[in-house]
Amino acid sequence: MLGRANPMLPMICGIERVKRETHDTFTFELTPPCDYSFAPGQFNMLYVFGVGEVAISVSGDPSKKEALVHTIRAVGSVTKAICKLKGGGSVGVRGAFGSDWQIDKAVGKDVVLVAGGIGLAPLRPVIYHILANRAEFGRVSVLYGTRTTGDLVFRREIEQWRGRFDLDFEVTVDTASADWRGDVGFVTTLIRKASFDPLETVAMLCGPEIMMRFSIAELKKLGLTSEQIFVSMERNMKCAVGFCGHCQFGPAFVCRDGPVFRLDHLEPLFGKHEI
Amino acid sequence: METLEPILAEHPFFRELARPDLHLLVGCASNVVFEAGTTIFREGEDADSFYLIRQGKVALEAESPERHSVIVQTLGKGEVLGWSWLVPPYHWCFDAKAVDLTRAIALNGKCLREKCDENPRLGYELLKGFARIMAERLQAARMQMLDIYGTNT
Repeated sequence: MLGRANPMLPMICGIERVKRETHDTFTFELTPPCDYSFAPGQFNMLYVFGVGEVAISVSGDPSKKEALVHTIRAVGSVTKAICKLKGGGSVGVRGAFGSDWQIDKAVGKDVVLVAGGIGLAPLRPVIYHILANRAEFGRVSVLYGTRTTGDLVFRREIEQWRGRFDLDFEVTVDTASADWRGDVGFVTTLIRKASFDPLETVAMLCGPEIMMRFSIAELKKLGLTSEQIFVSMERNMKCAVGFCGHCQFGPAFVCRDGPVFRLDHLEPLFGKHEI
Repeated sequence: METLEPILAEHPFFRELARPDLHLLVGCASNVVFEAGTTIFREGEDADSFYLIRQGKVALEAESPERHSVIVQTLGKGEVLGWSWLVPPYHWCFDAKAVDLTRAIALNGKCLREKCDENPRLGYELLKGFARIMAERLQAARMQMLDIYGTNT
């Protein structure tokens, strides 16, 4: 978190650059506050003045201190307002908040990242970290599912990553036109084809909860335990410091205790309709 | 004489099938190769076989309401293409096209149905295998229909 006394006070950050990823998703590069740092998986509260605040995971490279990067999909009033902002504008930033992916627990092991839709954004810092420290990890698979080919984010980087020999990056879409040469099907089909040692693997999942539920079932079928699986939860976060209770998930606050949880810590509640 | 039995035994779909059962099936099997872009079968045609994919990729296509071909599923190495040979009236429900050069073992559906009628235990084993695949694909199709990446992430 920023080294300031009041975590509720946003810092004003300039928008350096805006990149359109898809018809409704944009990546924003902000000028970070001077003492800012984050760990992969953490989020910031972004404030559009006069509109409101929203929790957005950091999607940039944790080793690059000169840019604070978020990838945002325009789905609600605040995200729609952010996505209308241009380079030269500004937003308020509070953070970084929450738990991280605990990448150190994956050192020496195979790594499986399963992302659905915009869920690739909170996992992108993990990919950067692994690639920067590639020798520390075993086989690495990134399995990414999205609706259509038009919904793929980070296209240029995905092309580069798919060209690497030390990273297995697989993409599947729910439906595609007949000229698509990639995979079509639910993301769980990629898990079955991935190459990893179930006893020595750490899996990190981010996407819609229903996607994570089926992915967890598939990973467990292949031999992973709950202690080897990490999930990033989405809830309506307001204060981001565990005061307001908007993001309560059973006994946990997603903003403070999450958003990244080891599966065994929340498994009894996962997928329950009432929670 | 060398037969396709060792290749059948290696394929994930038949990995748990008993050797005597495999021995019965091998008479219905043949090696096939499809160049990229080849149509393997078309919707409505007689479904007279299924395929164990050994290499390559196959796209299942349907016609969208706008009358464009859309891919609804792709299948690759280790997967099974086609179950319409098992369900009357034995007609394909989709078009299948090889995306890449595809090598497969084709199993003749009529031959298999006859063997299953003669040997109900073999029929039951095959049916269990196909029921698992059908359940997985139904589940996946439901997820694809739900548009789970739509607005909730």
